[in-house]
Amino acid sequence: MIWEAFRLATRSIIRNKLRSFLTVLGVVIGVASVIAMVTVGQGSSAQVSASVESLGSDVVVLRPGRRGFGPGSRGGRPFSLRDTEAVALLPEVGLVAPVATSSQTVIAGNANAQTQITGTNAAWVEVSNWTIALGRNFNQGEDRAGLAVCILGQTVRRALFGGEDPVGQTVRIKSIACEVIGVLAPKGAASFGQDQDDLVVMPIRLVQRRLAGDQDVNSMQIALASGVAVADGVAAIEVLMRERRRITIDKDDDFSVTDMKEVATMLNSVNSVLSGLLSSVAAVSLLVGGIGIMNIMLVSVTERTREIGIRLAVGASAGQVLLQFLVEAVVLSALGGALGIVAGLGMAWVASGFMAIPFAPDPLIVALAFGFSAVVGVVFGYFPARRAARLDPIEALRHQ
Amino acid sequence: MAPLIEFRAVSRHYGTGEAEVRALDGVDLKIDRGEFVAIMGPSGSGKSTAMNIIGCLDRPSRGQYLFDGTPVEHLSPDALALLRRHYLGFVFQGFNLLARTSAQENVELPLIYKGLAAQERDARARAALAKVGLEGRERHDPSQLSGGQQQRVAIARALAGDPMVILADEPTGNLDSHRSHEIMQLLQGLNRDEGITIVMVTHEADIAAYARRLIVFTDGKITSDTPAEGQAA
Repeated sequence: MIWEAFRLATRSIIRNKLRSFLTVLGVVIGVASVIAMVTVGQGSSAQVSASVESLGSDVVVLRPGRRGFGPGSRGGRPFSLRDTEAVALLPEVGLVAPVATSSQTVIAGNANAQTQITGTNAAWVEVSNWTIALGRNFNQGEDRAGLAVCILGQTVRRALFGGEDPVGQTVRIKSIACEVIGVLAPKGAASFGQDQDDLVVMPIRLVQRRLAGDQDVNSMQIALASGVAVADGVAAIEVLMRERRRITIDKDDDFSVTDMKEVATMLNSVNSVLSGLLSSVAAVSLLVGGIGIMNIMLVSVTERTREIGIRLAVGASAGQVLLQFLVEAVVLSALGGALGIVAGLGMAWVASGFMAIPFAPDPLIVALAFGFSAVVGVVFGYFPARRAARLDPIEALRHQ
Repeated sequence: MAPLIEFRAVSRHYGTGEAEVRALDGVDLKIDRGEFVAIMGPSGSGKSTAMNIIGCLDRPSRGQYLFDGTPVEHLSPDALALLRRHYLGFVFQGFNLLARTSAQENVELPLIYKGLAAQERDARARAALAKVGLEGRERHDPSQLSGGQQQRVAIARALAGDPMVILADEPTGNLDSHRSHEIMQLLQGLNRDEGITIVMVTHEADIAAYARRLIVFTDGKITSDTPAEGQAA
């Protein structure tokens, strides 16, 4: 009987393609938005985790200015290379990479690229969890002397050299003719889509002297010594920096030490609150979609009153008529759910591409959305189906 | 043996008080197995109400209706649906076929509710369509069939369920006289050869003449009940 009802339902849906589609549009939109929200939300969570992972474990970032996260300093004096050396001497600290940045145009032959110059030392590759894909890292001598050597990020390498091997070639940045000694392996996009591979790495002294024209260190990436708890490491760095920057006991820090894991946790919780919020808005549209189905099913029951009368006359029980219309509503809304899942995954896929985050469809959410749309069919199909089942056969047969 | 259909002082009232209409007023009636009964009477005489009650589509307000010896006037709607499903077949004036549904599927309709498997439904529907002379038209929609053919499909639908009684409510009302006589010969044959009891409402005397018994209703009462020895054969 269920099978017959199912067959009948699909046939009546196929017969009224346009109307069926418009009927389930609400459910399609509802399910599509839930799926898109959740998938994009999870993709960006995965992205945050991945970019924290790419920082390496137990890495903290020291920045001038008050506590907070995100790029750029907010006031506070910059650090110097002496600060870097002092931090490196702390027993809690393993490696320290000072970073001085400058935005410049890099030229090679006819090609040029606007990019971020990262001045740092040889430790940076390891601390920031990069890999050298071609060539080599700086050596100690180049580091200390601030020689004109550079390592290209993949984006810059592609822009300037295409598929060629750039190692040994020369690029020009302002007045510096700089030998390319290596290329970094690609890392992909970071959270919120900035391209991590769009950079050129040079010895910090070269950047300070020839590009920035000062002695500033904008931030430090600090890898803690193995076995040191993050909180202890952060505390030691804070004590040292307060001392070095002569901050009296009654003043707040004018620098911040950020544990990237903590940032990730925070970003993820913001993420899940946001996608939860958006999903509940989307769930409202599912509700509206359900009402749309109920509306059309009621019209359909009226339209098919005579058919119902015929079925009752040939021996259908009220329960069988109820089942038929209920199944039709469920098939409709489940179909809407399926369309919505396809549309939602499609939207999430496109959005992931634009936001440069991984496309992370979750089978559980997909199954849940599908199940929920079927439930919408049962709930909103029941009332029209009951109305059909309660028709008086004589009246129904007389209906024109 | 109990009569197949028995009314004991059956009344059917609509409305209450001043506005009460007595569609049937204390009717006694017995119809035995194998009879072919024509019911006539002016409109409003209660003949359609009587048909609805016989067909278990309606229930009497007062009195008893026994189907095959069993009182059915207090049965639930679901129990009445079972009676219709297993013992009754309907043929209507307006054919009442499902639109955009093939003849075959229309005939299978009651068999679905009987819970028969697809294969058996198919075989039975084909046999029923063959019996009414519609072999080869199984795939036709009602809209592709003439009125007479549509009524044949309807008769096949009533037959397919293997009923004890076929209730025909003005089966020729929408047909021209030539088709009407074809349909009547078909019904007459079913009654004669298969022993199916037929109760038919009609306005036309020449159609009623196919029956073997003629009952006339006037103002909710039976005013005449005579043998109508099937002259028109």
